Amino acid sequence: MRAEAKLGFILLLSPLVVWLSLLILIPHIDMLLVSLRERVGVGEYRISLANYLTFINEPLYLRTFIRTAMMSILATTITLLIAFPVSYYIAKIARGRVQSALFLLCLVPFWVSELVRTFGWMILLRETGIISNLLQALGLVDGPVELLYNDAAIMVGLVYTSMLFMVVPLVTTLESLPDEVIEAGYDLGGNGISVLREIIIPHATPGIVSGCIVVFMLSLGNYLTPIMLGGKDSLWFTELIYSQFIVRFNWELGAAFGFLLLGLSSFIVWGMLKLTGQSLEKTMG
Amino acid sequence: MIPTIPQPRALSLAYTAYIIAFFVFLALPLVVVAVFAFNDSQFPSLPWEGFTWNWFFGSERPMIGVFHERPILRAIGTSCFVAILVSLLSVAVGTSNAFLFNRYRFRGQGLLYVFMLLPLVIPGIVLGISILVFSSRVANGLWDMAQWDWEALRPGLLLVILGQFSFIATIATLVIGARLQKFDRSLEEAAMNLGANRLTAVRTITIPYLAPAMIGAFVVAFLMSFENFNTTLMLVGSDAPLTIAMFDRLKEGSTPLLNAVSLLLMIGSSLLALVMIAFQRRS
Repeated sequence: MRAEAKLGFILLLSPLVVWLSLLILIPHIDMLLVSLRERVGVGEYRISLANYLTFINEPLYLRTFIRTAMMSILATTITLLIAFPVSYYIAKIARGRVQSALFLLCLVPFWVSELVRTFGWMILLRETGIISNLLQALGLVDGPVELLYNDAAIMVGLVYTSMLFMVVPLVTTLESLPDEVIEAGYDLGGNGISVLREIIIPHATPGIVSGCIVVFMLSLGNYLTPIMLGGKDSLWFTELIYSQFIVRFNWELGAAFGFLLLGLSSFIVWGMLKLTGQSLEKTMG
Repeated sequence: MIPTIPQPRALSLAYTAYIIAFFVFLALPLVVVAVFAFNDSQFPSLPWEGFTWNWFFGSERPMIGVFHERPILRAIGTSCFVAILVSLLSVAVGTSNAFLFNRYRFRGQGLLYVFMLLPLVIPGIVLGISILVFSSRVANGLWDMAQWDWEALRPGLLLVILGQFSFIATIATLVIGARLQKFDRSLEEAAMNLGANRLTAVRTITIPYLAPAMIGAFVVAFLMSFENFNTTLMLVGSDAPLTIAMFDRLKEGSTPLLNAVSLLLMIGSSLLALVMIAFQRRS
Protein backbone atom coordinates (compact mmCIF):
# COMPACT_ATOMS: atom_id res chain seq x y z
CA MET A 1 0.00 0.00 0.00
CA ARG A 2 2.76 2.45 0.88
CA ALA A 3 4.67 1.58 -2.27
CA GLU A 4 1.49 2.10 -4.27
CA ALA A 5 0.94 5.51 -2.70
CA LYS A 6 4.51 6.46 -3.48
CA LEU A 7 4.13 5.40 -7.10
CA GLY A 8 0.91 7.41 -7.36
CA PHE A 9 2.67 10.41 -5.89
CA ILE A 10 5.48 10.21 -8.42
CA LEU A 11 3.05 9.74 -11.31
CA LEU A 12 1.08 12.82 -10.26
CA LEU A 13 4.15 14.89 -9.52
CA SER A 14 5.96 14.31 -12.80
CA PRO A 15 3.62 16.18 -15.21
CA LEU A 16 3.72 19.19 -12.91
CA VAL A 17 7.49 19.12 -12.66
CA VAL A 18 7.97 18.62 -16.40
CA TRP A 19 5.57 21.48 -17.19
CA LEU A 20 7.02 23.96 -14.70
CA SER A 21 10.65 23.19 -15.36
CA LEU A 22 10.63 22.87 -19.15
CA LEU A 23 8.17 25.64 -19.95
CA ILE A 24 8.64 28.11 -17.12
CA LEU A 25 11.81 27.75 -15.05
CA ILE A 26 14.47 26.74 -17.57
CA PRO A 27 13.27 29.09 -20.36
CA HIS A 28 13.39 32.02 -17.95
CA ILE A 29 16.87 31.12 -16.73
CA ASP A 30 17.93 30.77 -20.33
CA MET A 31 16.44 34.15 -21.17
CA LEU A 32 18.38 35.68 -18.27
CA LEU A 33 21.61 34.12 -19.58
CA VAL A 34 20.95 35.41 -23.09
CA SER A 35 20.27 38.89 -21.74
CA LEU A 36 23.62 38.83 -19.91
CA ARG A 37 25.77 38.14 -22.95
CA GLU A 38 27.28 40.43 -25.49
CA ARG A 39 28.17 39.59 -29.04
CA VAL A 40 31.84 40.19 -29.75
CA GLY A 41 32.18 38.38 -33.06
CA VAL A 42 30.46 35.85 -35.29
CA GLY A 43 29.10 33.23 -32.91
CA GLU A 44 31.30 34.57 -30.10
CA TYR A 45 29.81 35.92 -26.92
CA ARG A 46 31.00 37.09 -23.55
CA ILE A 47 29.20 37.76 -20.33
CA SER A 48 28.49 41.41 -19.74
CA LEU A 49 25.87 43.87 -18.64
CA ALA A 50 26.04 45.66 -22.00
CA ASN A 51 22.36 45.13 -22.81
CA TYR A 52 21.21 46.58 -19.53
CA LEU A 53 23.60 49.51 -19.96
CA THR A 54 22.14 50.15 -23.41
CA PHE A 55 18.73 50.28 -21.79
CA ILE A 56 19.85 52.85 -19.22
CA ASN A 57 21.83 54.98 -21.66
CA GLU A 58 19.30 55.15 -24.44
CA PRO A 59 16.67 57.72 -23.45
CA LEU A 60 14.01 56.24 -25.74
CA TYR A 61 14.11 52.86 -24.01
CA LEU A 62 14.09 54.22 -20.50
CA ARG A 63 11.37 56.73 -21.28
CA THR A 64 9.17 54.08 -22.88
CA PHE A 65 9.67 51.82 -19.88
CA ILE A 66 8.64 54.51 -17.40
CA ARG A 67 5.78 55.67 -19.59
CA THR A 68 4.42 52.13 -19.91
CA ALA A 69 4.57 51.68 -16.14
CA MET A 70 2.88 55.02 -15.43
CA MET A 71 0.12 54.50 -17.96
CA SER A 72 -0.51 50.99 -16.63
CA ILE A 73 -0.84 52.35 -13.10
CA LEU A 74 -3.22 55.02 -14.36
CA ALA A 75 -5.26 52.45 -16.29
CA THR A 76 -5.48 50.27 -13.16
CA THR A 77 -6.67 53.21 -11.07
CA ILE A 78 -9.31 54.26 -13.59
CA THR A 79 -10.53 50.68 -13.96
CA LEU A 80 -10.87 50.37 -10.18
CA LEU A 81 -12.77 53.66 -9.90
CA ILE A 82 -15.19 52.71 -12.68
CA ALA A 83 -15.62 49.10 -11.60
CA PHE A 84 -16.15 49.62 -7.88
CA PRO A 85 -19.61 51.25 -8.01
CA VAL A 86 -20.71 48.75 -10.65
CA SER A 87 -19.53 45.78 -8.60
CA TYR A 88 -21.18 47.19 -5.51
CA TYR A 89 -24.44 47.58 -7.40
CA ILE A 90 -24.29 44.00 -8.66
CA ALA A 91 -23.29 42.54 -5.30
CA LYS A 92 -25.42 44.54 -2.89
CA ILE A 93 -28.24 46.41 -4.62
CA ALA A 94 -29.42 44.23 -7.49
CA ARG A 95 -31.40 41.16 -6.42
CA GLY A 96 -32.18 37.74 -7.81
CA ARG A 97 -32.45 37.50 -11.58
CA VAL A 98 -31.33 41.06 -12.26
CA GLN A 99 -28.21 40.37 -10.23
CA SER A 100 -27.16 37.27 -12.15
CA ALA A 101 -28.14 38.84 -15.48
CA LEU A 102 -26.00 41.92 -14.83
CA PHE A 103 -23.09 39.76 -13.74
CA LEU A 104 -23.35 37.66 -16.90
CA LEU A 105 -23.58 40.80 -19.03
CA CYS A 106 -20.28 41.91 -17.54
CA LEU A 107 -18.67 38.65 -18.64
CA VAL A 108 -20.02 38.50 -22.19
CA PRO A 109 -17.67 41.01 -23.88
CA PHE A 110 -14.66 39.12 -22.60
CA TRP A 111 -15.46 35.88 -24.26
CA VAL A 112 -14.72 37.72 -27.46
CA SER A 113 -11.17 38.11 -28.64
CA GLU A 114 -9.29 41.22 -27.56
CA LEU A 115 -8.75 41.91 -31.24
CA VAL A 116 -12.49 42.28 -31.81
CA ARG A 117 -12.86 44.64 -28.88
CA THR A 118 -10.01 46.80 -30.09
CA PHE A 119 -11.44 46.77 -33.59
CA GLY A 120 -14.75 48.00 -32.17
CA TRP A 121 -13.03 50.97 -30.56
CA MET A 122 -11.25 51.75 -33.83
CA ILE A 123 -14.59 51.92 -35.64
CA LEU A 124 -15.99 54.17 -32.92
CA LEU A 125 -13.08 56.55 -32.54
CA ARG A 126 -11.58 57.01 -35.97
CA GLU A 127 -11.96 60.12 -38.08
CA THR A 128 -14.78 58.64 -40.15
CA GLY A 129 -16.09 56.81 -37.10
CA ILE A 130 -19.34 56.85 -35.18
CA ILE A 131 -18.42 59.33 -32.47
CA SER A 132 -16.91 61.80 -34.90
CA ASN A 133 -20.06 61.64 -37.04
CA LEU A 134 -22.28 61.95 -34.00
CA LEU A 135 -20.46 65.07 -32.84
CA GLN A 136 -20.82 66.59 -36.30
CA ALA A 137 -24.53 65.73 -36.46
CA LEU A 138 -25.04 67.41 -33.10
CA GLY A 139 -23.23 70.47 -34.40
CA LEU A 140 -20.59 70.32 -31.68
CA VAL A 141 -17.69 70.25 -34.14
CA ASP A 142 -17.33 71.57 -37.67
CA GLY A 143 -15.33 68.88 -39.43
CA PRO A 144 -14.37 65.26 -38.75
CA VAL A 145 -12.35 64.79 -35.57
CA GLU A 146 -9.67 62.14 -35.15
CA LEU A 147 -10.07 60.56 -31.72
CA LEU A 148 -7.87 57.59 -32.47
CA TYR A 149 -4.07 57.34 -32.30
CA ASN A 150 -3.44 59.12 -29.02
CA ASP A 151 -2.86 58.24 -25.37
CA ALA A 152 -6.48 58.76 -24.38
CA ALA A 153 -7.55 56.16 -26.92
CA ILE A 154 -5.00 53.71 -25.49
CA MET A 155 -6.40 54.40 -22.02
CA VAL A 156 -9.98 53.73 -23.14
CA GLY A 157 -8.89 50.49 -24.76
CA LEU A 158 -6.90 49.32 -21.73
CA VAL A 159 -9.67 50.11 -19.27
CA TYR A 160 -12.25 48.39 -21.44
CA THR A 161 -10.10 45.32 -21.94
CA SER A 162 -9.35 44.84 -18.25
CA MET A 163 -12.78 45.65 -16.81
CA LEU A 164 -13.83 42.04 -16.26
CA PHE A 165 -10.75 41.21 -14.21
CA MET A 166 -11.64 43.97 -11.79
CA VAL A 167 -15.40 43.38 -11.61
CA VAL A 168 -15.28 39.64 -10.88
CA PRO A 169 -13.03 39.71 -7.77
CA LEU A 170 -14.80 42.83 -6.47
CA VAL A 171 -18.27 41.29 -6.80
CA THR A 172 -17.06 38.11 -5.12
CA THR A 173 -15.64 39.88 -2.06
CA LEU A 174 -18.48 42.40 -1.78
CA GLU A 175 -21.08 39.63 -1.91
CA SER A 176 -19.54 38.08 1.19
CA LEU A 177 -20.17 41.24 3.22
CA PRO A 178 -23.43 40.76 5.18
CA ASP A 179 -26.02 43.52 4.85
CA GLU A 180 -26.37 43.58 8.63
CA VAL A 181 -22.84 44.86 9.02
CA ILE A 182 -23.60 47.81 6.77
CA GLU A 183 -26.88 48.45 8.64
CA ALA A 184 -24.99 48.33 11.93
CA GLY A 185 -22.63 50.95 10.55
CA TYR A 186 -25.54 53.28 9.87
CA ASP A 187 -27.17 52.48 13.23
CA LEU A 188 -24.00 53.51 14.99
CA GLY A 189 -24.27 56.93 13.41
CA GLY A 190 -22.18 56.48 10.29
CA ASN A 191 -23.10 58.14 7.04
CA GLY A 192 -22.59 56.88 3.50
CA ILE A 193 -19.00 58.02 3.30
CA SER A 194 -17.81 56.76 6.67
CA VAL A 195 -19.50 53.38 6.12
CA LEU A 196 -17.78 53.14 2.75
CA ARG A 197 -14.41 54.06 4.24
CA GLU A 198 -14.53 52.05 7.44
CA ILE A 199 -16.56 48.99 6.51
CA ILE A 200 -16.95 48.39 2.80
CA ILE A 201 -13.49 49.18 1.50
CA PRO A 202 -11.59 47.29 4.24
CA HIS A 203 -13.79 44.28 3.59
CA ALA A 204 -13.23 44.50 -0.16
CA THR A 205 -9.44 44.84 0.10
CA PRO A 206 -8.59 41.28 -1.02
CA GLY A 207 -10.77 41.76 -4.11
CA ILE A 208 -9.29 45.18 -4.81
CA VAL A 209 -5.76 43.79 -4.54
CA SER A 210 -6.30 40.81 -6.80
CA GLY A 211 -8.21 42.91 -9.33
CA CYS A 212 -5.48 45.56 -9.40
CA ILE A 213 -2.72 42.97 -9.77
CA VAL A 214 -4.34 41.31 -12.75
CA VAL A 215 -5.33 44.57 -14.44
CA PHE A 216 -1.89 46.07 -13.97
CA MET A 217 -0.21 42.99 -15.38
CA LEU A 218 -2.52 42.82 -18.36
CA SER A 219 -1.99 46.50 -19.14
CA LEU A 220 1.77 46.30 -18.78
CA GLY A 221 2.00 43.25 -21.00
CA ASN A 222 -0.54 44.44 -23.54
CA TYR A 223 0.62 44.68 -27.12
CA LEU A 224 -2.48 44.88 -29.24
CA THR A 225 -4.24 47.88 -27.68
CA PRO A 226 -1.31 50.33 -27.72
CA ILE A 227 -0.29 49.35 -31.23
CA MET A 228 -3.77 49.59 -32.73
CA LEU A 229 -5.16 52.57 -30.82
CA GLY A 230 -1.97 54.50 -30.10
CA GLY A 231 -0.24 56.98 -32.35
CA LYS A 232 3.28 57.12 -33.72
CA ASP A 233 4.68 58.63 -30.53
CA SER A 234 2.89 56.40 -28.07
CA LEU A 235 5.33 53.52 -27.86
CA TRP A 236 4.64 50.69 -25.45
CA PHE A 237 7.44 48.61 -23.91
CA THR A 238 6.14 45.37 -25.40
CA GLU A 239 6.53 46.93 -28.86
CA LEU A 240 10.23 47.37 -28.15
CA ILE A 241 10.53 43.71 -27.15
CA TYR A 242 8.73 42.62 -30.29
CA SER A 243 10.85 44.77 -32.58
CA GLN A 244 14.13 43.61 -31.00
CA PHE A 245 13.12 39.98 -31.36
CA ILE A 246 11.28 39.80 -34.65
CA VAL A 247 12.35 42.84 -36.64
CA ARG A 248 15.96 43.53 -35.61
CA PHE A 249 16.80 40.01 -34.51
CA ASN A 250 18.76 41.36 -31.55
CA TRP A 251 17.72 38.66 -29.07
CA GLU A 252 20.22 39.73 -26.42
CA LEU A 253 18.69 43.18 -26.04
CA GLY A 254 15.17 41.79 -26.46
CA ALA A 255 15.76 39.26 -23.67
CA ALA A 256 17.05 42.05 -21.43
CA PHE A 257 13.88 44.04 -22.16
CA GLY A 258 11.78 40.98 -21.41
CA PHE A 259 13.51 40.57 -18.09
CA LEU A 260 13.01 44.20 -17.20
CA LEU A 261 9.30 43.90 -17.96
CA LEU A 262 9.08 40.75 -15.87
CA GLY A 263 11.04 42.43 -13.07
CA LEU A 264 8.77 45.46 -13.04
CA SER A 265 5.59 43.43 -13.03
CA SER A 266 6.86 41.10 -10.29
CA PHE A 267 8.01 44.07 -8.22
CA ILE A 268 4.64 45.79 -8.40
CA VAL A 269 2.74 42.56 -7.68
CA TRP A 270 5.03 41.82 -4.72
CA GLY A 271 4.75 45.41 -3.47
CA MET A 272 0.97 45.37 -3.62
CA LEU A 273 0.80 42.05 -1.77
CA LYS A 274 3.21 43.26 0.92
CA LEU A 275 1.49 46.59 1.32
CA THR A 276 -1.84 44.98 2.01
CA GLY A 277 -0.59 41.86 3.79
CA GLN A 278 -2.05 39.43 1.25
CA SER A 279 -0.46 36.33 -0.21
CA LEU A 280 -0.36 35.11 -3.78
CA GLU A 281 -2.17 31.87 -2.91
CA LYS A 282 -5.10 33.74 -1.44
CA THR A 283 -5.44 36.35 -4.15
CA MET A 284 -5.02 34.07 -7.15
CA GLY A 285 -6.19 30.71 -5.91
CA MET B 1 -26.03 52.14 0.69
CA ILE B 2 -28.19 49.05 0.58
CA PRO B 3 -31.90 48.72 -0.26
CA THR B 4 -32.94 48.60 3.41
CA ILE B 5 -31.39 52.00 4.11
CA PRO B 6 -33.40 54.84 2.56
CA GLN B 7 -31.42 57.12 0.26
CA PRO B 8 -32.25 60.45 -1.37
CA ARG B 9 -34.12 59.82 -4.61
CA ALA B 10 -31.75 61.91 -6.69
CA LEU B 11 -28.79 59.87 -5.49
CA SER B 12 -30.28 56.50 -6.36
CA LEU B 13 -31.42 57.82 -9.75
CA ALA B 14 -27.90 59.03 -10.49
CA TYR B 15 -26.54 55.66 -9.43
CA THR B 16 -28.90 53.80 -11.76
CA ALA B 17 -27.98 56.15 -14.60
CA TYR B 18 -24.31 55.41 -13.97
CA ILE B 19 -24.93 51.66 -14.14
CA ILE B 20 -26.82 52.05 -17.42
CA ALA B 21 -24.02 54.19 -18.85
CA PHE B 22 -21.52 51.52 -17.82
CA PHE B 23 -23.34 48.78 -19.66
CA VAL B 24 -23.71 50.99 -22.74
CA PHE B 25 -19.93 51.46 -22.60
CA LEU B 26 -19.46 47.69 -22.39
CA ALA B 27 -21.81 46.91 -25.26
CA LEU B 28 -20.94 49.74 -27.63
CA PRO B 29 -17.79 48.40 -29.37
CA LEU B 30 -19.30 44.96 -29.83
CA VAL B 31 -22.60 46.28 -31.19
CA VAL B 32 -20.76 48.53 -33.62
CA VAL B 33 -18.60 45.65 -34.87
CA ALA B 34 -21.69 43.48 -35.36
CA VAL B 35 -23.75 46.14 -37.15
CA PHE B 36 -21.08 47.08 -39.67
CA ALA B 37 -20.73 43.47 -40.76
CA PHE B 38 -23.87 44.18 -42.78
CA ASN B 39 -22.79 47.47 -44.35
CA ASP B 40 -22.82 47.41 -48.14
CA SER B 41 -19.54 49.30 -48.41
CA GLN B 42 -15.81 48.68 -48.59
CA PHE B 43 -15.17 50.26 -45.21
CA PRO B 44 -16.55 49.44 -41.78
CA SER B 45 -17.55 53.04 -41.16
CA LEU B 46 -20.28 55.55 -41.87
CA PRO B 47 -22.05 56.39 -44.15
CA TRP B 48 -24.42 53.45 -44.04
CA GLU B 49 -24.76 52.18 -47.61
CA GLY B 50 -27.52 49.68 -47.08
CA PHE B 51 -27.91 46.16 -45.77
CA THR B 52 -26.08 43.20 -47.28
CA TRP B 53 -25.21 39.59 -46.51
CA ASN B 54 -22.28 39.76 -48.91
CA TRP B 55 -19.60 39.93 -46.24
CA PHE B 56 -20.72 36.48 -45.16
CA PHE B 57 -21.78 34.74 -48.36
CA GLY B 58 -20.45 36.94 -51.19
CA SER B 59 -18.27 35.08 -53.67
CA GLU B 60 -17.23 37.82 -56.10
CA ARG B 61 -14.68 40.58 -55.82
CA PRO B 62 -14.64 43.08 -54.25
CA MET B 63 -16.98 41.55 -51.71
CA ILE B 64 -15.74 38.10 -50.85
CA GLY B 65 -17.57 36.84 -47.81
CA VAL B 66 -16.14 34.88 -44.89
CA PHE B 67 -17.36 31.56 -46.21
CA HIS B 68 -15.46 32.01 -49.48
CA GLU B 69 -12.30 33.48 -48.04
CA ARG B 70 -9.82 30.58 -47.92
CA PRO B 71 -7.07 32.13 -45.75
CA ILE B 72 -9.57 33.08 -43.04
CA LEU B 73 -11.21 29.65 -43.08
CA ARG B 74 -7.79 28.01 -42.83
CA ALA B 75 -6.85 30.29 -39.92
CA ILE B 76 -10.07 29.29 -38.11
CA GLY B 77 -9.14 25.65 -38.64
CA THR B 78 -5.64 26.26 -37.26
CA SER B 79 -7.05 28.03 -34.22
CA CYS B 80 -9.46 25.17 -33.52
CA PHE B 81 -6.69 22.60 -33.85
CA VAL B 82 -4.41 24.50 -31.46
CA ALA B 83 -7.24 25.19 -29.01
CA ILE B 84 -8.35 21.54 -28.85
CA LEU B 85 -4.83 20.27 -28.19
CA VAL B 86 -4.12 22.98 -25.61
CA SER B 87 -7.40 22.22 -23.81
CA LEU B 88 -6.87 18.46 -23.76
CA LEU B 89 -3.35 18.86 -22.46
CA SER B 90 -4.37 21.46 -19.87
CA VAL B 91 -7.28 19.42 -18.53
CA ALA B 92 -5.10 16.28 -18.27
CA VAL B 93 -2.27 18.04 -16.45
CA GLY B 94 -4.72 20.14 -14.44
CA THR B 95 -6.54 17.05 -13.15
CA SER B 96 -3.26 15.42 -12.20
CA ASN B 97 -2.14 18.59 -10.39
CA ALA B 98 -5.45 18.88 -8.57
CA PHE B 99 -5.10 15.34 -7.22
CA LEU B 100 -1.49 15.96 -6.26
CA PHE B 101 -2.24 19.06 -4.20
CA ASN B 102 -5.43 17.61 -2.73
CA ARG B 103 -4.31 14.10 -1.79
CA TYR B 104 -0.67 14.39 -0.77
CA ARG B 105 1.16 16.33 1.90
CA PHE B 106 4.83 16.73 1.13
CA ARG B 107 7.76 18.97 1.86
CA GLY B 108 7.86 22.06 -0.33
CA GLN B 109 4.19 21.73 -1.21
CA GLY B 110 3.34 25.34 -0.43
CA LEU B 111 6.29 26.56 -2.43
CA LEU B 112 5.38 24.35 -5.38
CA TYR B 113 1.81 25.65 -5.27
CA VAL B 114 2.97 29.26 -5.43
CA PHE B 115 5.31 28.32 -8.27
CA MET B 116 2.40 26.71 -10.07
CA LEU B 117 0.51 30.04 -9.85
CA LEU B 118 3.38 32.08 -11.28
CA PRO B 119 2.50 31.64 -14.99
CA LEU B 120 -0.56 33.80 -14.28
CA VAL B 121 1.57 36.76 -13.22
CA ILE B 122 4.13 36.53 -16.01
CA PRO B 123 3.26 38.80 -18.95
CA GLY B 124 2.23 36.72 -21.95
CA ILE B 125 4.82 38.23 -24.22
CA VAL B 126 7.61 37.30 -21.77
CA LEU B 127 6.35 33.70 -21.63
CA GLY B 128 6.48 33.73 -25.42
CA ILE B 129 10.02 35.02 -25.79
CA SER B 130 11.44 32.82 -23.02
CA ILE B 131 10.08 29.71 -24.72
CA LEU B 132 11.31 31.01 -28.08
CA VAL B 133 14.83 31.55 -26.73
CA PHE B 134 14.98 28.18 -24.99
CA SER B 135 13.56 26.15 -27.87
CA SER B 136 15.94 27.69 -30.36
CA ARG B 137 18.84 26.97 -28.04
CA VAL B 138 17.77 23.31 -27.89
CA ALA B 139 17.33 23.25 -31.67
CA ASN B 140 20.77 24.76 -32.21
CA GLY B 141 22.26 22.33 -29.72
CA LEU B 142 20.74 19.37 -31.57
CA TRP B 143 22.13 20.70 -34.82
CA ASP B 144 25.61 21.22 -33.42
CA MET B 145 25.71 17.82 -31.75
CA ALA B 146 23.98 15.57 -34.25
CA GLN B 147 23.42 17.66 -37.39
CA TRP B 148 19.75 17.06 -36.72
CA ASP B 149 17.42 19.89 -37.67
CA TRP B 150 14.29 19.41 -35.65
CA GLU B 151 11.84 21.72 -37.42
CA ALA B 152 9.20 21.51 -34.69
CA LEU B 153 11.40 23.53 -32.33
CA ARG B 154 11.41 26.52 -34.68
CA PRO B 155 8.52 29.00 -34.42
CA GLY B 156 5.36 27.17 -35.43
CA LEU B 157 2.33 25.36 -34.13
CA LEU B 158 4.12 23.14 -31.59
CA LEU B 159 5.62 26.17 -29.87
CA VAL B 160 2.28 28.01 -30.01
CA ILE B 161 0.61 25.03 -28.31
CA LEU B 162 3.30 24.74 -25.64
CA GLY B 163 3.33 28.49 -25.05
CA GLN B 164 -0.42 28.67 -24.52
CA PHE B 165 -0.43 25.51 -22.44
CA SER B 166 2.24 26.94 -20.13
CA PHE B 167 -0.25 29.33 -18.51
CA ILE B 168 -3.64 27.80 -19.35
CA ALA B 169 -2.63 24.69 -17.36
CA THR B 170 -2.63 26.84 -14.21
CA ILE B 171 -6.19 27.94 -14.84
CA ALA B 172 -7.32 24.36 -15.48
CA THR B 173 -5.63 23.29 -12.22
CA LEU B 174 -7.45 26.00 -10.26
CA VAL B 175 -10.87 25.19 -11.77
CA ILE B 176 -10.58 21.43 -11.24
CA GLY B 177 -8.85 21.78 -7.85
CA ALA B 178 -11.69 23.95 -6.53
CA ARG B 179 -14.22 21.18 -7.20
CA LEU B 180 -12.01 18.40 -5.90
CA GLN B 181 -11.71 20.30 -2.63
CA LYS B 182 -15.48 20.02 -2.12
CA PHE B 183 -15.49 16.27 -2.75
CA ASP B 184 -16.49 14.09 0.20
CA ARG B 185 -13.75 11.50 0.47
CA SER B 186 -15.85 9.07 2.46
CA LEU B 187 -17.61 8.25 -0.82
CA GLU B 188 -14.34 6.92 -2.17
CA GLU B 189 -13.76 4.98 1.05
CA ALA B 190 -17.26 3.49 0.78
CA ALA B 191 -16.45 2.27 -2.71
CA MET B 192 -13.27 0.71 -1.40
CA ASN B 193 -15.13 -0.96 1.45
CA LEU B 194 -17.39 -2.46 -1.18
CA GLY B 195 -14.39 -4.09 -2.79
CA ALA B 196 -13.15 -1.60 -5.32
CA ASN B 197 -9.46 -0.86 -5.41
CA ARG B 198 -8.26 2.74 -5.22
CA LEU B 199 -8.01 3.23 -8.96
CA THR B 200 -11.50 1.87 -9.61
CA ALA B 201 -12.89 4.04 -6.83
CA VAL B 202 -11.33 7.15 -8.33
CA ARG B 203 -12.46 6.22 -11.82
CA THR B 204 -16.07 5.41 -10.96
CA ILE B 205 -16.72 7.90 -8.15
CA THR B 206 -14.32 10.82 -8.15
CA ILE B 207 -13.85 11.41 -11.87
CA PRO B 208 -17.63 11.53 -12.60
CA TYR B 209 -17.93 13.99 -9.72
CA LEU B 210 -15.17 16.11 -11.27
CA ALA B 211 -16.59 15.91 -14.79
CA PRO B 212 -18.45 19.26 -14.74
CA ALA B 213 -15.29 21.03 -13.62
CA MET B 214 -13.24 19.20 -16.22
CA ILE B 215 -15.65 20.20 -18.98
CA GLY B 216 -15.74 23.74 -17.62
CA ALA B 217 -11.95 23.87 -17.62
CA PHE B 218 -11.90 22.51 -21.16
CA VAL B 219 -14.25 25.22 -22.43
CA VAL B 220 -12.38 28.00 -20.61
CA ALA B 221 -9.07 26.68 -21.94
CA PHE B 222 -10.50 26.46 -25.45
CA LEU B 223 -11.71 30.05 -25.41
CA MET B 224 -8.50 31.37 -23.85
CA SER B 225 -6.41 29.57 -26.42
CA PHE B 226 -8.62 30.72 -29.28
CA GLU B 227 -8.35 34.36 -28.33
CA ASN B 228 -4.76 34.35 -27.11
CA PHE B 229 -2.65 36.95 -28.82
CA ASN B 230 0.52 37.95 -26.95
CA THR B 231 2.14 34.56 -26.43
CA THR B 232 1.08 33.34 -29.87
CA LEU B 233 2.51 36.42 -31.57
CA MET B 234 6.04 35.58 -30.44
CA LEU B 235 5.88 31.89 -31.31
CA VAL B 236 3.91 31.80 -34.51
CA GLY B 237 5.41 30.41 -37.71
CA SER B 238 3.84 30.29 -41.15
CA ASP B 239 0.48 28.80 -40.05
CA ALA B 240 -1.21 31.75 -38.42
CA PRO B 241 -4.12 31.17 -36.03
CA LEU B 242 -7.15 33.41 -36.49
CA THR B 243 -6.17 36.22 -34.11
CA ILE B 244 -2.82 36.65 -35.82
CA ALA B 245 -4.33 36.45 -39.31
CA MET B 246 -6.92 39.09 -38.39
CA PHE B 247 -4.25 41.29 -36.84
CA ASP B 248 -2.21 41.20 -40.06
CA ARG B 249 -5.27 42.24 -42.07
CA LEU B 250 -6.23 44.94 -39.64
CA LYS B 251 -2.80 46.51 -40.02
CA GLU B 252 -3.30 46.75 -43.77
CA GLY B 253 -6.69 48.39 -43.39
CA SER B 254 -10.02 46.86 -42.62
CA THR B 255 -13.00 45.80 -44.68
CA PRO B 256 -16.34 44.68 -43.23
CA LEU B 257 -15.06 41.14 -43.79
CA LEU B 258 -13.31 41.47 -40.44
CA ASN B 259 -16.59 42.56 -38.87
CA ALA B 260 -18.25 39.45 -40.28
CA VAL B 261 -15.51 37.20 -38.83
CA SER B 262 -15.79 39.02 -35.51
CA LEU B 263 -19.55 38.59 -35.41
CA LEU B 264 -19.18 34.86 -36.04
CA LEU B 265 -16.61 34.71 -33.24
CA MET B 266 -18.95 36.49 -30.86
CA ILE B 267 -21.81 34.12 -31.69
CA GLY B 268 -19.55 31.08 -31.40
CA SER B 269 -18.06 32.00 -28.06
CA SER B 270 -21.38 33.08 -26.52
CA LEU B 271 -22.94 29.79 -27.59
CA LEU B 272 -20.05 27.89 -26.04
CA ALA B 273 -20.32 29.91 -22.83
CA LEU B 274 -24.10 29.35 -22.68
CA VAL B 275 -23.70 25.61 -23.19
CA MET B 276 -21.19 25.55 -20.36
CA ILE B 277 -23.47 27.50 -18.01
CA ALA B 278 -26.45 25.30 -18.85
CA PHE B 279 -24.36 22.21 -18.26
CA GLN B 280 -23.10 23.48 -14.91
CA ARG B 281 -26.65 24.35 -13.79
CA ARG B 282 -27.90 20.86 -14.52
CA SER B 283 -25.26 19.00 -12.63
